[in-house]
Amino acid sequence: MLGILRQRAIDGGLAASTLRRTRSALVSARSYAAGAKEMTVRDALNSAIDEEMSADPKVFVMGEEVGQYQGAYKITKGLLEKYGPERVYDTPITEAGFTGIGVGAAYAGLKPVVEFMTFNFSMQAIDHIINSAAKSNYMSAGQINVPIVFRGPNGAAAGVGAQHSQCYAAWYASVPGLKVLAPYSAEDARGLLKAAIRDPDPVVFLENELLYGESFPISEEALDSSFCLPIGKAKIEREGKDVTIVTFSKMVGFALKAAEKLAEEGISAEVINLRSIRPLDRATINASVRKTSRLVTVEEGFPQHGVCAEICASVVEESFSYLDAPVERIAGADVPMPYAANLERLALPQVEDIVRAAKRACYRSK
Amino acid sequence: MALRLRSSLSKSNFLNILLRHNNLGFGTASHTTRVSQNPISRFCNTMAEKLSSVGEHEDANAQVMDFPGGKVAFTPEIKFISESSKERVPCYRVLDDNGKLITNSHFVQVSEEVAVKMYSDMVTLQIMDNIFYEAQRQGRLSFYATTIGEEAINIASAAALSPQDVIFPQYREPGVLLWRGFTLQEFANQCFGNKSDNGKGRQMPVHYGSNKLNYFTVSATIATQLPNAVGAAYSLKMDKKDACAVTYFGDGGSSEGDFHAALNFAAVMEAPVLFICRNNGWAISTPTSDQFRSDGLVVKGRAYGIRSIRVDGNDALAMYSAVHTAREMAISEERPILIEALTYRVGHHSTSDDSTRYRSADEIEWWNKARNPLSRFRTWIESNGWWSDEEESDLRSRIKKEMLEALRVAEKTEKPNLENMFSDVYDVPPLNLREQERQVRQTIKSHPQDYPSDVPL
Repeated sequence: MLGILRQRAIDGGLAASTLRRTRSALVSARSYAAGAKEMTVRDALNSAIDEEMSADPKVFVMGEEVGQYQGAYKITKGLLEKYGPERVYDTPITEAGFTGIGVGAAYAGLKPVVEFMTFNFSMQAIDHIINSAAKSNYMSAGQINVPIVFRGPNGAAAGVGAQHSQCYAAWYASVPGLKVLAPYSAEDARGLLKAAIRDPDPVVFLENELLYGESFPISEEALDSSFCLPIGKAKIEREGKDVTIVTFSKMVGFALKAAEKLAEEGISAEVINLRSIRPLDRATINASVRKTSRLVTVEEGFPQHGVCAEICASVVEESFSYLDAPVERIAGADVPMPYAANLERLALPQVEDIVRAAKRACYRSK
Repeated sequence: MALRLRSSLSKSNFLNILLRHNNLGFGTASHTTRVSQNPISRFCNTMAEKLSSVGEHEDANAQVMDFPGGKVAFTPEIKFISESSKERVPCYRVLDDNGKLITNSHFVQVSEEVAVKMYSDMVTLQIMDNIFYEAQRQGRLSFYATTIGEEAINIASAAALSPQDVIFPQYREPGVLLWRGFTLQEFANQCFGNKSDNGKGRQMPVHYGSNKLNYFTVSATIATQLPNAVGAAYSLKMDKKDACAVTYFGDGGSSEGDFHAALNFAAVMEAPVLFICRNNGWAISTPTSDQFRSDGLVVKGRAYGIRSIRVDGNDALAMYSAVHTAREMAISEERPILIEALTYRVGHHSTSDDSTRYRSADEIEWWNKARNPLSRFRTWIESNGWWSDEEESDLRSRIKKEMLEALRVAEKTEKPNLENMFSDVYDVPPLNLREQERQVRQTIKSHPQDYPSDVPL
């Protein structure tokens, strides 16, 4: 809960009364998790890696600062001590190098979990991700499979500027041969990372730095070491009947807040947490739009050729006659991320933007 | 500077620190000793380590101090390490230009059986290259890249390895596959991309691969196989296998960033990997003088802390000995080895290249005739009584016949069916691809005239 309050502070704050009201509403909205336990996304990721490493000796972690330093964002905390330097490998600074090496290890039968300090640095290694990992199974006609996971923080953080804030969901999700996941809650983080590590195909696992410290309720089921979420299934975080809001990662939290605000104005919004960008759960998205007749998609990344563009195309192609309003796309500003806090806030979608777009979608009548 | 430093040290001061750090057991000699795996020791290099013998070195020129990375001697002279040594690193060879054994040469003895197989495979490779090249010129193949001139590197290195060693090729090493048992028919099938191709027609010609023979499918991207090989070597080390990873690349590939990352990393990881560079003088039209300014590849090994050797790549016996020795070192000592095989690319870069546009036809001809790796080795095996003219002509006519037959069969074999367009993208075909396949089949059914008649469904 504290995490959410801190999040609000970053958003620019809300009046205390709204805070109190929405806080209680949020507790009831989190009805999916029956347990009273809470877990931060960071702990969820850490426990997922720990359990998978314990279960399968072929799983190993590599990346910059993952071992002795306990992880640049402490996601791999305690793992070096538990599993030793052969399975928690601190690499020299060469993304191209350690990604290539990780892929080679995967070719030879190990299951590497490669950490990028942020996905911005993955651009140095993108040839290996795509040409050595994603396409290998196909090009070798099934002889070479690459059970590798590339994980790390993706998208904007807070005040880190243009070269540390880009969202890579659209880039990686366009490549056949890759699976691309984007967790939101602690349960997502645990279930999807475990699924990713167990998956025989290369998986790009896009986390979010600002979500690491955020706490979410977590069920007993999700805490079990065999817990796993299916890849390719989106989750309906909040049911509604007037407008569908589709998004992933941090924006799910914003969409849920927007839904609260819309509820006050009599608009019932359905919020879908994609969880999986590739494969995209077109079935769930379209079923929802067929129910509500209106679509709002949200992402933090650049607008052109983004994830939202694909969702809109999918809905227009498959559910055109169900739409009552043009599809709405909310994305980050089409500029390299500025550093100044006020500019950064303006360059990213905010709760108000989602609310406005939803209302726009609702007031357009036939 | 050195004098000032020495006077600021007090004996009691450094004795104290000496006692504290003495039992951590990290490098007291050069930086080539293994750093302890104890996690705590990783930061210890940054702590000052004092010598017990500092007081004994009264000579200012022999002052030694430490920095992260280990002890280093100081010198008051301003001296740059020269960009090149006066003499180039000598090249290891065992057979002279005429195929006679050089006196006092060290080499690993090869049995008659192995030597004859080596020579036969070199001949096979040469014939296969010539026939496939001609086939491309006739329009029967879309593309081909020959290995002419580099047969010894291919076959001799393969002969010195064990079948468990994993190979990460560039694209000019089909001889390694040939040695391991890939048949002429299999080569032809891949080049024609037919349904018998174990690559399911997915790739351009010469992009061979075989899981069974531990030969990773050729990937066209240059030098990316180097870090991949290091990763595989790490995996072999962790599984304690009696095998190493072997990767091949050209002089051009050494300019890629992946070369640096792979060598550096292999040394740090202590991975059992052989880096075999085919320095054949050309990267398409770029001569080595435009590729790097070092003395070839062999001197680069030391820069990464890797043991290296330069070999005459056209001397099959030297090649065999060098790879055999290197392999043992790599596995038993858990270290990477760099082998620079000097050779000449007699053929064009590929069928898309006409190398007479950037080098003289005379030069090509000279290397093909006077410095041919096959004739040198042939002379040696004949001198041992293991080969004859009769066996030569028998072999050549037999292989030629087999090759032409393989080509004929491969050309006539059906192409892979439509299902193969969608399989293997992922481990299990996802819903969207199954849907796309269904849609394609439906479209074909509705518009059969638009679908090529020679591609099976």
